[in-house]
Amino acid sequence: MAILTTHALKKHYGRIIAVDGVDMETVDGELLAVLGPSGSGKTTLMRLVAGLEEPSSGKLYIDGHPIMGVPPRKRNIAMVFQSYALYPNMTVRDNILFPLRARKIASDEQKRQLEWVTEILEIADLLDRRPTRLSGGQSQRVALARAMVRTPDLFLFDEPLSSLDAQIRSQARGELRELHDRTRITTLYVTHDQTEALGLADRIMVMEKGIVHQIGTPQQLYYDPADTFVAGFIGDPPMNLLQLENAIIGVRPEHFHLASEAPGKEIALELEIEVEHLEFLGAEWLIYGVVRRGLPQQHQQPRVIGRLRQAAMPTIGTRETHHFVVTKEDACFFDSNTGSRLSEAKVAIA
Amino acid sequence: MKEGTVAHDRPTGLMARMALALERPRVLGTLMLAPAVLYVVAFVAVPFFIAIALSVSDATVGNPQIDTFVGLDNFISVISQDAFGIALRNSLLITTLTVLILLVLATTAVELLAREFRGKRLVQVLFMIPWAMPVALSAITWLWLLDSQYSPIDWVLVQLGLLGPDGPFGPSRNMFYLGREWLAIGSVVFVDVWRTLPLATIIVLAGRLSIPRERIEQAQLDGAGFFRVLFRIIIPALAPVLTVAILFTALLVIGEMSTIALLTRGGPGHATQILPYWAYLKGINSGDLAQGAAIALFLFPVLLAAAIVALRFAYRAGRD
Repeated sequence: MAILTTHALKKHYGRIIAVDGVDMETVDGELLAVLGPSGSGKTTLMRLVAGLEEPSSGKLYIDGHPIMGVPPRKRNIAMVFQSYALYPNMTVRDNILFPLRARKIASDEQKRQLEWVTEILEIADLLDRRPTRLSGGQSQRVALARAMVRTPDLFLFDEPLSSLDAQIRSQARGELRELHDRTRITTLYVTHDQTEALGLADRIMVMEKGIVHQIGTPQQLYYDPADTFVAGFIGDPPMNLLQLENAIIGVRPEHFHLASEAPGKEIALELEIEVEHLEFLGAEWLIYGVVRRGLPQQHQQPRVIGRLRQAAMPTIGTRETHHFVVTKEDACFFDSNTGSRLSEAKVAIA
Repeated sequence: MKEGTVAHDRPTGLMARMALALERPRVLGTLMLAPAVLYVVAFVAVPFFIAIALSVSDATVGNPQIDTFVGLDNFISVISQDAFGIALRNSLLITTLTVLILLVLATTAVELLAREFRGKRLVQVLFMIPWAMPVALSAITWLWLLDSQYSPIDWVLVQLGLLGPDGPFGPSRNMFYLGREWLAIGSVVFVDVWRTLPLATIIVLAGRLSIPRERIEQAQLDGAGFFRVLFRIIIPALAPVLTVAILFTALLVIGEMSTIALLTRGGPGHATQILPYWAYLKGINSGDLAQGAAIALFLFPVLLAAAIVALRFAYRAGRD
């Protein structure tokens, strides 16, 4: 268990900047997801923490001790690669024991640790197999076992679920969370899949173009995005971002209410929306529409997506125009130029 | 009417009909394979069977008719000569030593070339030079370097005080690299290694670059140092390709006579004699085609068996 701290961490390859001044600190024992689109620098950040790359500038600390220049094998950080990187020339048992043997751990201690991880991960029957004879899910468990067996200070996961079939992915996600709750080892979990991040993490760090946009709990990210990037990235579909006179307003799809059904709350926005088509997703409906009236620039008629949390057929139909309202409570405001979040008070004055 | 439509679909031009024929795998396959098959038959299979026929005949350069069958007489006669034992020993010794040294050097070189560093391009080019250099040029270079009187190596050793009247290597100012049995064999091994290292390195490098980088990084994170990564991760992954490299270089060196022909001509006496060069001396220089063929064929069954075993191992290891 450990706390990872980075200070103004930068990494560039020639003129390409991968990580552009990251300041962050983990909470001891948390599972922190690093979420971002591809090319956002999240994998580079992880490789810097692991010691596989040296930072161009900035500092890295584990429990307050600087680790720049410390080779990967001395950092006591375990990493699970996307490909799992199992050693094909060794049995599963030898794979798991490799980190212990490399550290010259006594053999009875090795045996104890091996029994401990094989029991937790339920892989006792795989020990004599070769990695080439394992399924994706089994490989993942073995990779986890190999990472866990030496009780590292820090876990690094690089998209560990992305090579699994969709059917077993959500199950593997649950198992990962359960494993983390048992071990409570501080974990950095790199992913581009927000479902994974939202469902798994204690906190999420959203990255783009090498910059951290926000660190917060899944709820904070969803209800309280720090800027338009987070607002437009988190949520499926994400926030609708509409240009107002002097700010951008962000509205979650589920926060459009029919004017007729609006509760007696303060209204931030009233729009006339023509419904283009409806999409049935089982437990909910998505409503695709075009704003016909209600925004300051009349010629702009942006598309918006609304969400209706019901399985029954909605009463509104396509080609119909309805009045929708957004309450002040639900709306988020952002600066038109910088995209950063504005406090409610400021908007009210403006 | 039906016949008419079929006829209409069939191409009429010569080119069109050829193009259609070439689309059939059997035709295309036969055509593509033909040059290689012809080459192998004409320049490998035919000479090989002629050699077998020669080795059980009494043919000489003067009377090259393969008409008298003498059984294994040539083989028995060859084995009973003193030079045979020396040539067999030297062939095996030189090949074994060369391959062992090559394995160590090629693996080391590959570890170097798999990394990024300044001037890597230059090192790569320097590595390839022995392979690209014309044989005549390298022969002159090595003959001069190992010359009995004017060797620059000797000169350096003298300057260092290792050679000469007061040096530990004796009062003479020359080592006579090619004039002493073990020094001559050592020199031959050295030149063979120098010539074959580029080939071995390229074969091994291809295998090294196909090891996923993540596997090596994983081992580093798991706490493995340089030697553990090398011996537990890299070399096991290289096993199939190392087998191929051993096989290729071993066959190249054991069948190779130009190094000996250039440096020692088998001498002094038969001290550095090897089977291929002895076969050449017997069969061509002395004109005894039958005995020459017998010597040349002597190692064939052994080499064939070794090649089959090695290839099967490489195939199995590569599949796993």
